[in-house]
Formats: sequence, C-alpha cells, structure tokens
Amino acid sequence: MIKLVNVNKFFGDLHVLKDVNLEVAEGEKLVIIGPSGSGKSTTVRCMNFLEEPTSGHVYINGKEITNKNKTKMVRDNISMVFQQFNLYPHLTVLKNLTLAPMKLHHKSKKEAEELAYHYLDVVGLRDKAHVYPSTLSGGQQQRIAIARALCAQTKIILFDEPTSALDPETIQEVLDVMIKLAKENITMVVVTHEMGFARQVADRVVFMHRGEIIEEGTPEHFFVNPENERVRQFLGKIIR
Amino acid sequence: MSGLLSADAWAKVWTYRSTFLLGLLNTVETALFALILAFALGILFGLMATCGSKILRGIARVYVELIQNTPLLLQLCFLYYALAFAGKSLGILVTGIIALGVYTGAYMSEVIRAGIQSIPKGQFEAAHSQGFHYGGMMYHIILPQSIKIILPPMVNQVVNLIKNTSCLYIVGGADLISLTYSFVTGANTGGAYAPAYLVSGLLFFIICFPLSNLASKWENSLKMREKERAVAAAAAAEG
Repeated sequence: MIKLVNVNKFFGDLHVLKDVNLEVAEGEKLVIIGPSGSGKSTTVRCMNFLEEPTSGHVYINGKEITNKNKTKMVRDNISMVFQQFNLYPHLTVLKNLTLAPMKLHHKSKKEAEELAYHYLDVVGLRDKAHVYPSTLSGGQQQRIAIARALCAQTKIILFDEPTSALDPETIQEVLDVMIKLAKENITMVVVTHEMGFARQVADRVVFMHRGEIIEEGTPEHFFVNPENERVRQFLGKIIR
Repeated sequence: MSGLLSADAWAKVWTYRSTFLLGLLNTVETALFALILAFALGILFGLMATCGSKILRGIARVYVELIQNTPLLLQLCFLYYALAFAGKSLGILVTGIIALGVYTGAYMSEVIRAGIQSIPKGQFEAAHSQGFHYGGMMYHIILPQSIKIILPPMVNQVVNLIKNTSCLYIVGGADLISLTYSFVTGANTGGAYAPAYLVSGLLFFIICFPLSNLASKWENSLKMREKERAVAAAAAAEG
C-alpha cells in the first residue's frame, strides 16, 4: 500500500532521514515511535509529500508519487491528521467536512453533508456541526479533524502525533475514536507516544532513532523483549 | 487680493466651479482605472511573492523594490517623457493610469503578501494534505482568512492612490491639483489662491475621509470579533 525505498531527507545540512525503507500493507495499523528529532514525523510527511524526499522513492499502491502527481495521488489515496488539528477557522465544522468532498471529490452538497453527518456520528460530535472550530476544546477539534480526514474516504490515514497537543483529560476521547477506526479496513500510520494505544491497536511498531529505523516488530515484541538498548531506554522512560 | 476673506476671490472660484468639478472628475476617473490596474498587479505579484518558485518570487521582489525605492514623480516623468521623446506618447490620462497603477500595485502586492504570510503554515499543509491545488487552496482556504488582514491597509492604499493623482501635475495633467494650479495662475482667473486650494482640498477630503474612516472601522470591528472569538474559545476550553 505504502512503500518507502531508500528515502533520504536533508534540511540544509541536517540529515533527518537516512536511507529509510518501510512498507505498510493494506489495512495495516503501523505505529512509529521514537525520541523527538528521530525523523518520525518527517517519515509520515514524506508519505504524502508534504516533505519531498531529497532522494529515494515513495510508492502508493505500486505507483511512484512525484512532485508532479502528488496532488492527485494524495487526494485519491491519503488523508492526514495533524498534531495542531489545522481545522479551517473561517469555516463551520460542517463546512470543514464538506469542503474537500464538494470541491475535490465532486460530491453534491447533499451527499457531502450526509457524509459529514455520518462521520460526525462516528466521532460523536453531530451536535457541533454548525459551530466554529475555535469554540471547541482541543480534543473535540481533533475528533473533527479525524472526521474531516474520513470524509475523503481514502484508504490511508496518516496521524502525526494526534494527541501531543492535547490536555491529558482529552487525550483518551481522541484515542477512543482512533481505536474505533482501527477496526475498519483503513491503513493507519500513527506517530505517537501513546504506548497503550500502540499495544492495543498496532499490528506492527517501528522505532526510529536519528533518522533510522533501528527496530521493528509486534507490540508484544517491543513491550516484552526489545533487542536494542536504545529502545529499552526509551520505553523505560515512557511507559509508566 | 488672494486673501481668505476676499469676497471677490470666493466669487471667482464660484464662477469657475466647473473647473474644480472637472478636476475632481478627472482625478476620480484616473484613480479608478489605476485602481483596477493596481489590484490586478497587487494580486498577481502578491501571489508570486508567496509561491514556491524562486524565480517568480525574485521577479516580484525586484518589482516591489524598484517601485518602492524610487519616487512616483520620477516614474511618471520617465514613462511620459521617455515615451514622448521616442515618439510614442500615450497621452496624459493613460500615462497617469499606468504610472499610478504600477506604483500602487507594488504597495498592494506587499499588503497581499503580508496577509498571506500571516496565515499559519498548518493551513497550507491541511489544504495540501487534502489534495487541493494551489488555486483551490488560495481561493477556498487561504485568501478568505487573509482578507480581513488585507482589507484595512488596502483601503489606505486606495486613499494614497487618490491623493497621488496630484503628481500628474508634473506632466500637465487635468486632475484636480493640476486644474487648481492652472486656475490660480491663469491670466483671467489668477490670484484666488486661498479659496481655490481650500476648495480643492475640501474635495479631496470629501472623497478620502470616508474611505480612511471605513478602513479604521473595519480594523476595529475585526479586533472586536477576534476578541469575542477568543472569549468564546476560552469559555469552551473551561467548559
């Protein structure tokens, strides 16, 4: 479904991704963990070309994504949920959800709104359809952002630290929605520090360190018996 | 003779009132067409200044810096006399429209650039992540958010444009200032300096004051709305 081949990324002199090779199968729930600055976010941002790799290849369904075709490839295949939600503040919740379906996916207003209400039900926020995002709590905004991603009905959703900007009390409501989604046949790539979530939903966990994937395996493997000393240190600090 | 209290002088201005109205009309006409040109250039170069292409950004930069760092009078003279001596005179009206349009356009493009750059990067990323092309992103997501930042300084530029029509005097224009000057120095009409310039100034004021007022009103109401939103957001966070 997603395939990164020898992906390198430089920001100036900084080598943030070093020959990353990673494959994500259809319907797989992949969790990427690692310390900050390890290249986790850059890795997922290369998957939808928010960052263009300095070298290497990214394939979606066997087709290489390039600067030229990225808009259409992303539109048809990939949605994203951001750390800072990035809802459109000048639009109501409903309009946030219907904008792309109407303007990009050629849905009628009625179809788009039905779709929007359906996914508002999924995230449990139907009653917020007509308010502006700024009136919602962080957790609610992130649930709306997830609903917006779902409205595109793509097979892949990328989550870039979806709970890192949230108050501790609201983290769980967002995780609950993601756990619910994980039961569907959606391919999910999630950058997160939430180990409970990883243990519960991940098919596979990869650990990144200084721009490289240094260990990967099932959640059990990670939590029971990680091989790499760096991984052990990290998990020791993060699991309470 | 030219005194403020001379009934004679005021009577002269009144007799020749059509001169002032004609000047006003010419000023408004020039400003209007120049405004259209300035808007077009401002939008074009403002978008170029924020786009991904280094070359386009460079071109926009050169335009803005060249225009903003040379006097409008010089640009006007250059356009008028350089072309006139090359035998391709555009006429004063067209020269005025182009010079004022190009000049104001540079300032408008800076206003638009600043407006676009004030939008958080996450908004652009969200649009890209949904598969919006540049045009759709700008139209549906970025510009609707930046318009409220753009509008007040934009109106100020319109006011400047109207006042700057006075520079047409240097190439012998028919704008309000030029006609006022002809009036006070004319063989038959000369002398009524104080009343003439007062009337001329009043006409400018009548046009420009409501516009400036509109700009500051806009700004204030935007600040108010922002405050209300912040309060609402804070209340939501509490609840």
